[in-house]
Amino acid sequence: MKRPTLLALQLAVGLVMLLVWHVLTTVPIGGRKLLDPFFFSTPLDVLARVWKDFYAGTIWRHLGITLLETVLAFVFGSVGGIVFGFVFARGELIAAVFDPYIKAANALPRVVLAPIFALWFGLGIWSKVALGFTLVFFIVFFNVYQGVREVSPTILANARMLGMNERQLLRHVYWPAALTWMFSSLHTAVGFALVGAVVGEYLGSAAGLGYKIHEAESVFDVTGVFAGMMILAVFVIVIDAVVTAIEKRLLVWRPGTQSTTTQG
Amino acid sequence: MEKALAAPPAIALRGVSISFRLAEGGAYDAVARSDLAVAPGEFVAIVGPTGCGKSTLLNVAAGLLAPSTGQADIFGVRLAGLNAKAGYLFQQDALMPWKTALDNVAVALEPRGVSRAAALARAREWLARVGLSAFVDRYPHMLSGGQRKRVALAQTLIRDPEILLMDEPFGPLDAQTRQIMGNLLLDLWSRDRKAVMFVTHDLEEAIALADRVVVMSAGPVATIVGDFPVGLGRPRDIAEIRTEPDFHAIHKAIWATLRGEVQRAYARGEGRTA
Ligand SMILES: Nc1ncnc2c1ncn2[C@@H]1O[C@H](COP(=O)(O)OP(=O)(O)OP(=O)(O)O)[C@@H](O)[C@H]1O
Ligand SMILES: [Mg+2]
Repeated sequence: MKRPTLLALQLAVGLVMLLVWHVLTTVPIGGRKLLDPFFFSTPLDVLARVWKDFYAGTIWRHLGITLLETVLAFVFGSVGGIVFGFVFARGELIAAVFDPYIKAANALPRVVLAPIFALWFGLGIWSKVALGFTLVFFIVFFNVYQGVREVSPTILANARMLGMNERQLLRHVYWPAALTWMFSSLHTAVGFALVGAVVGEYLGSAAGLGYKIHEAESVFDVTGVFAGMMILAVFVIVIDAVVTAIEKRLLVWRPGTQSTTTQG
Repeated sequence: MEKALAAPPAIALRGVSISFRLAEGGAYDAVARSDLAVAPGEFVAIVGPTGCGKSTLLNVAAGLLAPSTGQADIFGVRLAGLNAKAGYLFQQDALMPWKTALDNVAVALEPRGVSRAAALARAREWLARVGLSAFVDRYPHMLSGGQRKRVALAQTLIRDPEILLMDEPFGPLDAQTRQIMGNLLLDLWSRDRKAVMFVTHDLEEAIALADRVVVMSAGPVATIVGDFPVGLGRPRDIAEIRTEPDFHAIHKAIWATLRGEVQRAYARGEGRTA
């Protein structure tokens, strides 16, 4: 399908959903509105609120903080996941010894950590970064671990026959192989970094998108909640597009990322 | 042959046996007490039924696999660890998929300490030599099977190894491409005759390329059951040489030995001809 057609269809779906929401909350059907605007607000109110937030400029600070937390959580989580993924994949013993602890730590619902992190790191951005970190770290860790372990034995043997030492193998074989796996989980990792940030803000902070939503919720300002969610949704789409662009650039070598293939 | 007497063989497998420990317990004795010598500058082809242990033998010569008994001597020195004098063209695809053809070839010089600029320049030369000048910036998945094999050939030869181990390098290619590649290989080899151990399942290809054809028996406990000199002149053209009467005589002699082994392999429920 052509790109403009696809875009038009995607926009159409969004518009239809807004329209349905609008009709159900404003047009009486059979004598009453099917959705009470007090609980569901209306699209026009929500859009007006979004516009107001941006027009007044108050939202930028919150967006900036959430973005900062997301980026920090992603960067720290990725670096940690890569380092530990490599160490564990190359060291059989370490991997075997720590295996149950890794599994246990990963199984822990992160929400229960939020209050502890707030206690340890305060109500500023660092408790949110920590929460995002615990989510991102494990995704990247498992993928890098897998990537390093599952390097094709033939490619490895070939590289060794070419005379590569351990450092050159790391650079030319293990690292690119691990990166592929990491990139396959990049969207999830970025998504979880954002989840960590927003949930952290929601549970206790004085700034950020999660805080905005929580603030509106506590005074039953449904329009404010929906406006916050809408901004969050657009924010996610923008971040995801950035990730896709980065991915396209770094993984040009992968089949399917380019439309031209040659048979010779 | 005089040369072989004076200098130690490039490769000498002495009493090599390989048995694989199986996961479910027990062991599989793949190859037993095999002796094989390849003189410097000699082109030896190995044929045998599928699964007999040809790749296994190459892995021993490459130092990737330690034999259970016996030893491999490289230019008279017992091999311990990887064989640094050998270039190995694997049966499976072994190019790094994340590097372009050019980088795949150039990176082979990095362990030698060649500067990146010099390595790239020489890689371009080698890709031109294997007829891939127009494809230097392609990634492996954007190349055909034959083009990938040629990149792998350039990657192996750019290091100028004294020994060349080739495991069915033209296996997945069609007949025409095989001929082109075979002639290319002979052309490159004739410039500075390396010792070659060439595994193939195509007897005609083996005869057309090699100075000697070695036949392995069907596994398990496979061993070398035939060693046939190929007295055909050089330079050769792979396609034309097949029409010579001598070619047919040699083919007939080797096939008499090989056929029995292939049939034994079939009887054991294995597949392909050799
Ligand atoms: N790691 C291993 N563990 C157990 N058995 C193995 C292992 N590697 C190879 N074998 C067995 O050893 C025998 C020889 O294998 P090898 O790959 O050398 O065969 P081959 O002659 O190269 O066959 P083909 O022509 O099909 O490539 C086979 O029967 C195979 O099943
Ligand atoms: Mg094989």
